[in-house]
Amino acid sequence: MKRPRNRRAFLASAAGLAAAASLPAGVHAQATVNMLRGTEKDMLAAIARVTGSKPVQKGRVKLEVPPLVDNGNAVAISVAVDSPMTEPNHVKEIHIFSERNPEPVILSMKLGPRAGRAAAATRVRLADTQTLVAIAAMSDGTFWSGSAQTVVTIAACLEDL
Amino acid sequence: MANALITVPKTAKRGEVIEIKTLVSHTMETGYRRTELGVPIPRDIARLFTCTYNGVEVFSAELHPAISANPYISFFTVATESGTIAFHWRGDNGFAVSSSATITVT
Repeated sequence: MKRPRNRRAFLASAAGLAAAASLPAGVHAQATVNMLRGTEKDMLAAIARVTGSKPVQKGRVKLEVPPLVDNGNAVAISVAVDSPMTEPNHVKEIHIFSERNPEPVILSMKLGPRAGRAAAATRVRLADTQTLVAIAAMSDGTFWSGSAQTVVTIAACLEDL
Repeated sequence: MANALITVPKTAKRGEVIEIKTLVSHTMETGYRRTELGVPIPRDIARLFTCTYNGVEVFSAELHPAISANPYISFFTVATESGTIAFHWRGDNGFAVSSSATITVT
């Protein structure tokens, strides 16, 4: 997203920079960046809210994220869960979490036996190089997870700071 | 106001798993960005997407700011009967878009 540049806007932002520079070196910038970055702890807390702190087993969930992302503003991801999708045994919900975005939850989907196949795809914003986690809630009450790592060169969210 | 693009097969065999692709026009303003003067830009996102098949909900999704502008979601459903597959988006500032497609199941 290109921001419009004109002389007046440039002068205004230059004045802002001068004000920021009078703060102790680095403190201001560091605080701004931390505010917009989640941590693994935030993500685990968000996962616990979804699972009710029940144990999550690894497997059955396949999360696909490109290993190297040029532009974090639109990253195509897909998730697929190994399930027969029948009335007695199906996937009820799929949640996708981010470790380093300002908010840990990316997408929460509800599906059921009528889905036929427990799979979905979307496009997301990624604020940093990070690990994404997908959690599937099964009809038998168990939770399964899959994860994927990605390297992001141009992050989303920060372009206009 | 806003537009939605939907891809649903026109015909399907009964019991066939079909893929549905959806895209709705929306800026998905995260609420984390600021203008050049440092004024925060308020959040304005689509929050909820639902898909109903002849009136029965078969898929729904809660959207968060991490979803890219012009949210794209694809998913699957079983072609059970001929009829209408409807799509609804709801969001901030009264955002509401509906669209539908008809399918013939043989």
